[in-house]
Amino acid sequence: MNRPEPITPQGEPPVSLYARHEPVFNRRIDGKFRRIKWAIMVVCLAIYWFTPWIRWNRGPYAPDQAVLIDLAHRRFYMFGIEIWPQEFYFVAGLLIMAGIGLFLVTSAVGRAWCGYACPQTVWTDLFQHVDRLIDGDRNARFRLYKAPWGPAKIARRVLKWAIYLAISFATGGAWIFYFADAPTLQSQFWHGTAPMVAYGTVFVLTLTTFVLGGFMREQVCIYMCPWPRIQTAMLDEKSLIVTYKDWRGEKRGSLKKAQKNPGEYGDCIDCNQCVAVCPTGIDIREGPQIGCITCGLCIDACDRVMAETGRPRGLIDYATLDDAENEKKGNPPTRHLKLIWRPRTLVYFAVWAGIGFALLFMLGTRTHTGLSVAKDRNPPYILMSDGSVRNGYALRLHNMQNRPRAMELAIEGLPGAVMWTEDMGRAQAARVLTRTVAADATQGVRVYVVAPADSHGQAFAFTLTARGDARESDTAKTQFDAPGDE
Amino acid sequence: MADTTNSPASAGRRFDEATQTETVGHEWDGIEELNTPLPRWWLWTFYACIVFALGYTVVYPAWPGIHSATQGVFGWTSRGQLASELDAQAATRAKAVAGLADLPIEQLPQHPELMRAAVAGGAAAFKVNCVQCHGSGAAGSKGYPNLNDDDWLWGGDLKTIETTLIHGVRQPGDDMTRQSMMPNFGTDGLLDAGQISAVASYVLSLSGKEKPSAMTQAGAKVFAENCAVCHGDTAKGNRELGAPNLTDAIWLDGGAKADLVAQITHPHHGVMPAWGTRLDPVTIKMLAAYVHSLGGGEEFQAPAVATGAAPAEAATQAVE
Ligand code: SF4
Ligand code: SF4
Repeated sequence: MNRPEPITPQGEPPVSLYARHEPVFNRRIDGKFRRIKWAIMVVCLAIYWFTPWIRWNRGPYAPDQAVLIDLAHRRFYMFGIEIWPQEFYFVAGLLIMAGIGLFLVTSAVGRAWCGYACPQTVWTDLFQHVDRLIDGDRNARFRLYKAPWGPAKIARRVLKWAIYLAISFATGGAWIFYFADAPTLQSQFWHGTAPMVAYGTVFVLTLTTFVLGGFMREQVCIYMCPWPRIQTAMLDEKSLIVTYKDWRGEKRGSLKKAQKNPGEYGDCIDCNQCVAVCPTGIDIREGPQIGCITCGLCIDACDRVMAETGRPRGLIDYATLDDAENEKKGNPPTRHLKLIWRPRTLVYFAVWAGIGFALLFMLGTRTHTGLSVAKDRNPPYILMSDGSVRNGYALRLHNMQNRPRAMELAIEGLPGAVMWTEDMGRAQAARVLTRTVAADATQGVRVYVVAPADSHGQAFAFTLTARGDARESDTAKTQFDAPGDE
Repeated sequence: MADTTNSPASAGRRFDEATQTETVGHEWDGIEELNTPLPRWWLWTFYACIVFALGYTVVYPAWPGIHSATQGVFGWTSRGQLASELDAQAATRAKAVAGLADLPIEQLPQHPELMRAAVAGGAAAFKVNCVQCHGSGAAGSKGYPNLNDDDWLWGGDLKTIETTLIHGVRQPGDDMTRQSMMPNFGTDGLLDAGQISAVASYVLSLSGKEKPSAMTQAGAKVFAENCAVCHGDTAKGNRELGAPNLTDAIWLDGGAKADLVAQITHPHHGVMPAWGTRLDPVTIKMLAAYVHSLGGGEEFQAPAVATGAAPAEAATQAVE
């Protein structure tokens, strides 16, 4: 940006690759798609701001926040589901589903994500409403933009940016509540006792929201976001895109001209309304382009014009490239519901649903009991004075339920062997020990296994079973070493 | 510079046709270098780095002199940083250390928190002081006791282990050092080779490693006359004297017949430093707790006077 202009002998600057940001002053519009956008915006923002405040009773041993990513304790709570770090594949699975879901939506209805649900779109929309509220609609904003800086302009700008900042702060501030108990963190936050990382996160997110939503807006979509690039590879002739039906609209001309020369002009009266309402400031009549996020606002605008001039709606409309070919030939348009029934969407849907069912199945069948074992390797075995052989193991018992549970630890295999733990004596050694593991916790325990004299080295296993529930069980295989086997 | 007309002096500024960028004015075989200016942001970053670097050399030690370097106005030194890190480390341990200093080791099992700290600290001290002989897994080797097992020459409760650590084994000048002196039966001519072989066979027969025979019977007689005084009539040893149990499976100096013959002929006498003169009492307590925690630690025996009939621990678990 700051690269100095090269000096040229002729004095005419060479063509620059840098395009200056042209501010967009999009006009207010009402219509079907605007209403859908309103609804989706309200739902998205509500989900974002209120989710951390939903309570969910998990009993006395676990947090009561419905959705909580507890990084400090390495737990992920989502309503009735609790995920431990080693079960992170559930989250990975969800992310993969989200990715494939995007493909699915794209192949069925094009860039619907961009137009309605993407945070960049939602917040840009919100900020543009603030513009309208403070500075007025398109023309007023344009005038203000051109006006020289004076007290009135400064006052308006300061007011507007203050509102931007308030929204940004609320946005950045809400994020941290997903990572700790929301009410506690909120009071800590205002009292200045929250962790530094909370303040840092809020600061960074406030700043990014302020800059990306308040100022960069469509620049993010056009220059920064990878999704439009991926889209261009994903869209095909059966994907819905916002289309200006040039075969119907051209040649464009004002109403007056059209009246004077009947039959010469198409339906487009060249009123520029579609350009005026576009949040990314493009002209859809130039054809499909990367700047179009398919928000449908130009459809609303054009439909209104068509209604006023007594022409059929849909000069600009959602259509596929196939539709375009078809309609150019004068055939009736295809029903869009049909678009969903084609191999591409069905394959995406099958993969998406398959992963979903696999996750649900694993969720339903997973146990909340876990056992892992690490054998002592130095020394591998100890000869005891009575000739028996002792091996040491570091076990970790996992109780992944929200209540303390008594669990039975047993030796499977290794005939004649008994075990004891470091906190009991060899006198109480047995093949089955009972331990109580605290709620939602792991317990490390050192276990000594002693096998009768002249036992040989062999594989065996520990099993851990929740008392009174045989399905809640886990097995950890390991090795027993004895003299003479090296 | 074959073409002097291209030199800056003679031709003034030259511009590349394709990019309209000024050239540096040199030309080699028709190849010219463009004088592309550095991006402004890069230059400003560069200047900022210079300013930062200058400031850095003022606040931190930097400029070398003849004998020393400038100290820097922050007064920072790497030695000072190490010292403060060590202090911080000591501060985190201070509570456990203070607790252990006041606590008689007999009461340690009643304080699980302190016990855990002691075992952890002992494990660290063991790696520094003990692994040279006992091995990093405390498994010892021939002549060096294995500390994981349940066989103790002098006793395996916390207090006894602590005493052994403080006074060492066979340390001259320490009245309470662990002292056991098996005579050189062979080299001093107390027994002849036949007697030694016989008594070795007898001892091996006690743990079933050799079958009873005329030889072992002869050995039994030698044992009763020469060895029972320390190792006991049943050969189960005596912890008071540090005499090992000869009926168990554990052999400090090897369990083959040749090992026994060698040991009877000219015994190997191991030593251990009196750690009381080298380590502080807390570290010794920690070491005792660690060794005790390795799986063979014994409970305290009720004092004989109090109960009147203390079980003879030495009889059940001793020694080699
Ligand atoms: S282009 Fe990127 S940032 Fe813009 S709406 Fe689409 S996904 Fe969001
Ligand atoms: S061209 Fe139409 S659909 Fe595309 S971004 Fe602009 S208003 Fe939305």
